[in-house]
Amino acid sequence: MSVVCLRTEGLRKHYGGLRAVDGVDLEVLEGERRAIIGPNGAGKTTLFHLLSGEVPASGGRIVLFGRDVTRLPPYRRTGLGIGRTYQVTNLFPRLSVLENALLATFGLRPQKYDPFRPALRHREVLDEARALLEAFGLWDKRDWPIGSLSYGEQRQLEIVLALAGQPRLLLLDEPTAGLSPAETHAVTRIVRGLDPKITVLLIEHDMDVAFQVAQRITVLHFGRVLAEGTVDEVRGNPDVQAIYLGVGEL
Amino acid sequence: MAGRALLWGVGVVAALALPQVVPLYFTHLVLLTMVYGLSAMSLDLLAGYTGLTSFGHAAYFGAAAYTVGILTTHHHVAPAAAFGAGVLVATLLAAAYGLLATRAVGVYFLIITLALGMGTWGLAYRWSSVTGGDNGLPGIPPLDLGLPWSLADPRNYYYFVLLAFGLAAFLLYRLVQSPFGLALRGIRESEGRMRMLGYNTWLHRYVAFVVAGAFAGFAGTLYAFHNRFVSPPDLHIAASAEAVLMVILGGAGTLFGPLVGAGIVVFLRNLVSAYTQRWMLILGVVFVLTVLYAPQGVAGGARAVWQRTRRRARAAEGAPAEAGKQPVVQR
Amino acid sequence: MQFWLTQLLNGLSFAALLFLLASGLTLIFGLMRIVNIAHGSYYLLGAYVALTVVQATGNFLAAALAGSLTVAAVGVVMQRAFLARFYRAEQAQVLLTMGFSFIFADLALWIWGGDPHRIPTPSALAGSVALGPTFFPTYRLAVIAVGAAVALFLWLLQERTRLGAVVRAAVDDQEMARGLGIHVDPVLTGMFAVGAALAGFGGVMGGPFLGVYPGVDSEVLPLAFAVVIIGGLGSLKGALVGSVLVGVLDNLGKAMFPELSYFTLFVPMAVVLAIRPTGLFGRG
Repeated sequence: MSVVCLRTEGLRKHYGGLRAVDGVDLEVLEGERRAIIGPNGAGKTTLFHLLSGEVPASGGRIVLFGRDVTRLPPYRRTGLGIGRTYQVTNLFPRLSVLENALLATFGLRPQKYDPFRPALRHREVLDEARALLEAFGLWDKRDWPIGSLSYGEQRQLEIVLALAGQPRLLLLDEPTAGLSPAETHAVTRIVRGLDPKITVLLIEHDMDVAFQVAQRITVLHFGRVLAEGTVDEVRGNPDVQAIYLGVGEL
Repeated sequence: MAGRALLWGVGVVAALALPQVVPLYFTHLVLLTMVYGLSAMSLDLLAGYTGLTSFGHAAYFGAAAYTVGILTTHHHVAPAAAFGAGVLVATLLAAAYGLLATRAVGVYFLIITLALGMGTWGLAYRWSSVTGGDNGLPGIPPLDLGLPWSLADPRNYYYFVLLAFGLAAFLLYRLVQSPFGLALRGIRESEGRMRMLGYNTWLHRYVAFVVAGAFAGFAGTLYAFHNRFVSPPDLHIAASAEAVLMVILGGAGTLFGPLVGAGIVVFLRNLVSAYTQRWMLILGVVFVLTVLYAPQGVAGGARAVWQRTRRRARAAEGAPAEAGKQPVVQR
Repeated sequence: MQFWLTQLLNGLSFAALLFLLASGLTLIFGLMRIVNIAHGSYYLLGAYVALTVVQATGNFLAAALAGSLTVAAVGVVMQRAFLARFYRAEQAQVLLTMGFSFIFADLALWIWGGDPHRIPTPSALAGSVALGPTFFPTYRLAVIAVGAAVALFLWLLQERTRLGAVVRAAVDDQEMARGLGIHVDPVLTGMFAVGAALAGFGGVMGGPFLGVYPGVDSEVLPLAFAVVIIGGLGSLKGALVGSVLVGVLDNLGKAMFPELSYFTLFVPMAVVLAIRPTGLFGRG
């Protein structure tokens, strides 16, 4: 029997009169690849902020592997296995590539509180950072400041940071935004190659990527779930076609 | 690397030889540089490394100094015990103030630390029965640790301060190189991201605040036993601002830059005061000029130049950095 | 009863001064996100200039005008020549204003010397008024009245005039305001000048009963900060509420525990901070 990784019940977020997320019920199974699509302003990124805990919910529940995490702050949720990337690259600007990766690999370890031993002497943490950076071809550039990386490399480093905590649920917010076709292909390959036990929630505007990566799609519109199902089911849904008419290709 | 070791070696030898070769007054200035430098370095931990600029740092320096003064002059406590008490009080004060200050977001932190700093000054100024009020506390005895060399002799005290400074600076250095120090810089760059990586950022900020206060208190006790006199100006916003200036002038986020900044301020103040009363005016002008033209400070600017030459050299060679040999974490 | 009434009125007169300071501070911050450390020095300069004018002419009104306008001019120069180019670099701006606060304080010391002074109470407002069982200085009552009037004026300006709307637009979205053809820069400079003038005016008003002396700038500034922390940066209403709270509590503290009074003032600040970090009415 499949384990439910994530379940939300009536999840809501209001900003005054604006209902960014207006009662979202979601159920994602462990290991599932789920794409969240929808027009701009549908509430996709807000949904991610609610799931990660960076924005407090106005109502509803978030249940992660059977545990209610609605009231937990972000750092606790990361400890329970949530990792995320950001639509707008959110790295540590004045630190080097290696320092960025180290911050991520130290993140869930008690050694992060060590006030005396140099960070680089923590061999196992350094090795883990090295492994991640090498997997993404960034090890050679480990001394470089973030600003010297290409935009595509920065987006890849974003994913490195999210993976360092060994997440069970990975939230990818438009990982291919602004990337060239070659870079998009590389990222798609990475996402498809992730450990099958990791549950992936993917916000995407690029439909090709969404349909390649995901098994199921959830369509958001005005903060609510408009449609949900397999790729073909969603493609064939007349409501979904209507909202996308003229906005993009299905 | 060899060049740096040589520089350090020369520095240590010079520091050890100093009292034997220069006039006593010069030794006194170097001692003050170390004391204020330590305070500035502890502020750098907060401001440069964590991104929390405190305008009330003199409160901890002063609280420690006053504790020493009150205990030794009013209650005739042994100097050694007063020393420990001074550091303890400063730490406790930072622990209390830190609870408030770390609740503040953004620019409020600045204002709150300023307000708390001046509030502490107000305590020193008005609570005359305990603090001596405007007159301060004169007659602090010299430090006595039962050593064969009397610390009443300024030259001996210089060596004591040199040792104490060296120890404290070493601890701060290890702290900024450690995972904890790295986390502080992460918080400075992007606190939200840090939370999402699993860090309880409030705890880091709070601990940094208390540690900074503790080291400032340590500096304050060293000061009290040297100056033998403590008064309200030691806690005034002007003193806190001087600390901030030392950090900026020396280079925020470089740890030893603020030591250089302290040296500049101490020697400049000494020079200026010999000719004119207008030190505060000069201080203000130096402040403005530094912000306008040298915001990275001496060490910050030097480091930028060094990094650029290193990168150009590496690019010219075409070779990537060697694995694990080049320390990446900031000095 | 007599004691409490006197304390209340003393507190309110001090609150009026604090309001003049804090409203300027919060105006400048709300508009330009600048924390003006030199605000205390504006208070000081306003008082000293007024002192000189009164000593020369005996005319309090002229002195008040001179004090406010001089400080406004200083503010304009400071903002245009130094602060404007650090738009959005908040830390640099704060450091600059801190540097200037030392320059102004020392210049004042140089020009006017170290002795404490008192601006003579204007003869029209000398003496006391009978209020029930007690007498209360007329001048202090006038200060309360003036403070209230300024509060009302500022509120009307902000809410009911075209200038107020322009200012609010410039605050909400500078780029957009510029795009609409609103000349944002003169508005910002003008508002900075108003904020400065308020502080200078506060110095003048406070001259007769708080005195004019070196160091008064460093003493009132943290109080003004406590007010804006309590009231919330950027909120005029907050400045009013905070001023009354701090003014009355400060006076009470001085009367009841004089040795600890300056320190205990920060207790309400701490309480507010613990409950609402952005202040009672703050927008953060």
